[in-house]
Amino acid sequence: MEKFQTLVSTAVPLQVEDVDTDQIIPARFLKATTRDGFGENLFRDWRYNPDGSLKEDFVLNNSKFSGDILVGGKNFGSGSSREHAAWAIRDFPFKVVVSSFFADIFKGNALNNGLLPVQVSESFLSKIFSAIEADPKTELKVDLENQTITLVSTREAECFEISDYKKVCLLNGYDDIDFIISKKAEILEFEKNQVKF
Amino acid sequence: MAKTLFEKVWDAHIVHKIDDSTEVLYIDRHLVHEVTSPQAFAGLEKRGIEVFRTQNTVATPDHNVPTKDQHLPIQEELSRLQVAKLKYNCEKFGVQMFGLGHPNHGIVHIIGPELGITQPGMTIVCGDSHTSTHGAFGAIAFGIGTSQVESVLATQCLLLSKPKTMKIQIDGKLGKGVLSKDIILYIISKISSSGGTGYFVEYCGSAIESLSMEARMTVCNMSIEMGARGGMIAPDQTTFDYIEGREHAPKGENWGKAVAYWKSLKTDEGAKFDEELYINAEEIGPMVTYGTNPGMGVRVDNHIPTLENIEGENNRITFKKSLEYMGFNPGDNMIGKKIDWIFIGSCTNGRIEDLRIFADYVKGKKKAAHVNDLIVPGSKQVENQARAEGLDKIIEEAGFKFREPGCSACLAMNEDKVPKEQYSISTSNRNFEGRQGPGARTILASPLTVAAAAVNGYITNVAEEI
Ligand code: SF4
Repeated sequence: MEKFQTLVSTAVPLQVEDVDTDQIIPARFLKATTRDGFGENLFRDWRYNPDGSLKEDFVLNNSKFSGDILVGGKNFGSGSSREHAAWAIRDFPFKVVVSSFFADIFKGNALNNGLLPVQVSESFLSKIFSAIEADPKTELKVDLENQTITLVSTREAECFEISDYKKVCLLNGYDDIDFIISKKAEILEFEKNQVKF
Repeated sequence: MAKTLFEKVWDAHIVHKIDDSTEVLYIDRHLVHEVTSPQAFAGLEKRGIEVFRTQNTVATPDHNVPTKDQHLPIQEELSRLQVAKLKYNCEKFGVQMFGLGHPNHGIVHIIGPELGITQPGMTIVCGDSHTSTHGAFGAIAFGIGTSQVESVLATQCLLLSKPKTMKIQIDGKLGKGVLSKDIILYIISKISSSGGTGYFVEYCGSAIESLSMEARMTVCNMSIEMGARGGMIAPDQTTFDYIEGREHAPKGENWGKAVAYWKSLKTDEGAKFDEELYINAEEIGPMVTYGTNPGMGVRVDNHIPTLENIEGENNRITFKKSLEYMGFNPGDNMIGKKIDWIFIGSCTNGRIEDLRIFADYVKGKKKAAHVNDLIVPGSKQVENQARAEGLDKIIEEAGFKFREPGCSACLAMNEDKVPKEQYSISTSNRNFEGRQGPGARTILASPLTVAAAAVNGYITNVAEEI
């Protein structure tokens, strides 16, 4: 996994609540057997017309907006456990998703793929949306070490939460599996003591 | 210290504690399907390691499979390749797989309980959010992403942070025509599709205790639809009776030992939940959804809310967008809405009791001429049982077709799709935009409400019909 440290970037505002994983990547695009290429179909039905042409009014198709950060409305990533949703966003590529509330499984999947979910307050989220609306060149700074997100122009900042363990993983590009494999003796001990019927 | 059911099962599976919020948890059962596993198996190959505990792992292809002519090769190329990849991986890594046509084949969440693989007190995971179904047995069961599928294949463990706990207690007697699907749709309509995020739910109370195992599974299945990690119900005699004698159930003297342990799996007097919700069963009526997330549901005899009923500007924007997609107006009556498609099936309502409910209603009646149907058993066992009981005949005599098992139009990865802008009343669990096909409009309901719509051609209130 790629290391994540500090990022300064413009952002793409997706001002929609309850963005579910079926919108992020519809089921019919889940047939691949590798992790690559999902970015192409990110937000497929919002982004493309049925004939494959681009829907011009969708933010991802609006050349005004660009950057490594996706800003979404409340309850981002609800629905299915498909990790393909995190892959598609990471593959697009975005490196950070900002929202005022994330669904649990999506959040975990994002963290396992070097995509940082930054949860901010409702009021800070509105500020970000307004700032980008006023000036699409608005930059956000995401500092993982200090767990802060800042609107660069006004220096308004907010702290975000992340578990200590996951922070270390992201900063260093570690994954869970290496860590658990290193605990094999404890797993075997656990199995020995487990009551089975 | 007094513990909740959830805490008892969780604590019994801790292998290693990293800090207060992060633990390594042992996983007893891992169910695998074709869509979320290929990248995980590829990860094992890359690391050069084996599946750690093949005996804890079972696989079946369900999401992609056709529901007609399963003895023939799968037509759609990418689906065929994905199903073939699962078979390849299972053979290579020595994982037991129930392929198409096998008597144990079916939707992962239907076959686990059916085969007795799902048992109280276990930790159960699958790369699918509706793994919460298995919580009906008093297991901690939840959906995981593909990186976690790889983690469980590689180590039989997961690194997790412990969720908060919520109790939802429903007491009283359910009214006429009210099924367990209505209970869960009612709960979600009350607390919204994100109201359970961060929590693991325990359902209890006399209304829950009165439910059959299959009905309990329907409730736990949709826990994820309120954002919860999972839902569980304390095991009782109903649970033990369901499990006894199934293929993987404990046998002989182990049976007694197992039941003795399972009986200890209940929330202690005085144990604390982070959140509690109490519901009177009499408030619940037959439910339907009107919007594009499962929280947008109403009692069928109520109206779609008006804009003034929706709090908050952002919620109003979502509400309007959602109704536009559905082609409904605020304040509309749901009774009388015309239906183009019906879907009976999925891990929510694709079990034998659901088919019995449907068949019992349509017996001697006829399908409305304009209605298209997808009636899909959740597993081969369900299909065979339905045939043995003659339900297939009743269904066919009423003008419907009876298909072969799979996820089908629940997520429309195979060819079972609802066309753009057509209305589908469905026993599945998600009414998201495009879930049943691009542009499809989904209304979630119980198998009984769907049966009535299938015959009448529009939505009715089953409570008044029976
Ligand atoms: S039936 Fe639907 S919800 Fe259940 S496992 Fe299949 S796709 Fe998922």
